[in-house]
Amino acid sequence: MWLDHRWRALTGHRRKRTIQRMMKNVVEVRDLVVVRGEREVLPGISLDVPAGVTGLLGPSGCGKTTLMRCLVGAQQVRSGTVEVLGEPAGSRPLRTRVGYVTQAASVYDDLTVAENLAFFARVLGVDRAQVDEAVDAVGLDDHRSQVVGRLSGGQRSRASLAVALLGTPDLLVLDEPTVGLDPVLRRDLWDLFHRIADRGAAVLVSSHVMDEAERCHRLLLMREGRIIADGSPDEIRRSTGAPDVEQAFLHLVEGPGGAR
Amino acid sequence: MNARITLAVASRVLTQVRRDHRTLAMLMVVPCALITLLWWMFADLPGDLFDRFGPGLLAMFPFIVMFLVTSVTTLRERSSGTLERLLTMPLGKLDFLLGYAIAFGLLAAVQSTLAVAVSVGLLGLDVSGPVWLLGVVAVADAVLGTALGLLVSAFATTEFQAVQFMPAFVLPQILLCGLFVPREAMPAVLEAISDVLPLSYAVDAMQELVGAADTSAVWRDVAVVAGFALGALALGAGTLRRRTP
Repeated sequence: MWLDHRWRALTGHRRKRTIQRMMKNVVEVRDLVVVRGEREVLPGISLDVPAGVTGLLGPSGCGKTTLMRCLVGAQQVRSGTVEVLGEPAGSRPLRTRVGYVTQAASVYDDLTVAENLAFFARVLGVDRAQVDEAVDAVGLDDHRSQVVGRLSGGQRSRASLAVALLGTPDLLVLDEPTVGLDPVLRRDLWDLFHRIADRGAAVLVSSHVMDEAERCHRLLLMREGRIIADGSPDEIRRSTGAPDVEQAFLHLVEGPGGAR
Repeated sequence: MNARITLAVASRVLTQVRRDHRTLAMLMVVPCALITLLWWMFADLPGDLFDRFGPGLLAMFPFIVMFLVTSVTTLRERSSGTLERLLTMPLGKLDFLLGYAIAFGLLAAVQSTLAVAVSVGLLGLDVSGPVWLLGVVAVADAVLGTALGLLVSAFATTEFQAVQFMPAFVLPQILLCGLFVPREAMPAVLEAISDVLPLSYAVDAMQELVGAADTSAVWRDVAVVAGFALGALALGAGTLRRRTP
């Protein structure tokens, strides 16, 4: 097991700040409109993300990535507001407090795992000791001196995830971090997300695989740029009368007949 | 603008280049080989043709090589998502650009030192001005190449396109820089165009150093080259957007 329990020790000092924030959402999106090319990808979406692990679930192309890019301030926005930790998304004070992992591994293929992390740690102004902790947390300690380009796809995306853990961010935005991973690794990563959430951070994880839903505290079901359901997995199942979240999604999209 | 981040970018770029042994060897060996080829080509001809063409070539190497290397590396940085990630972090656009300029400027300094050492030491290039000033001109040329490379990488979506910018942006400058035909002997329109092309000043500085040894004229040329480089960096900064469509 590569699960690392140092996270808790590392982040004790954040507790107080977290409790003060409990009353408030970490992310608040209001009437957000995003147009890419001719297409209105987000036609006016509103949502909240509290602390804890929130799953953003929906089919490919429904606007999950665009929404996540808005939260980190990488997306041009037509109208609406996006607030993260009480500040406008992408503003200067947020740049060390939000961790972001894109779908493709955004690390340098020609550097080793340790070199990649050391570089991003310098950019973030984070202590070198955190490099080792982040490498351990994603289970790459045996590969730290290996060049990223020679790692497997799953290992590369974990290297990319490790970068997002630097600086113990208060919001982690993870775009399909478990795609293509084997079940053991997937479980271990979800355990990691929960440990990060336990220290008071908000973790937003997108996925197009509905069976990951049960691992989230809260779900946002998304379709064609709109939120079609919002609540705990239990609440969503109960309100639709469906046995699982996948059936609930079909029920919401096609009416009761859809969930056969 | 933050010195820690700028240096982090520069040292990261140098680590990447260091890991790529083939690129490193090409960067250092090819200019020396080409300048030797030029010398050999003129070996049986009377006159001092090598003294006439050598300096121009010394000015071109750092410019061309750094233009190519930078346009491809930054394009890769844009398409791999690492640039987008960096721009969500506390990295200023100038940190990124200057980091690249410092890294490639240092590489160019080493590259030019070797090429100048071969030209002056082995091939008998006659330099009337101070030899170290050749290095300064070369680094200015390299930074210019880096700055232009960064700028054009914004207009390319594939590495194929980025490489095509080399004939489009660099070859006209080589033709019009005064190496083949003295600039004042060109048709008026072409002379006017060559007056606004940075490589003209880079080659002029090298020729001045080798021939007339008027260091004030050299510094004036270097200042013009540096001005172009700064302008290109500023325009390049404009193409780095934290928010993209």
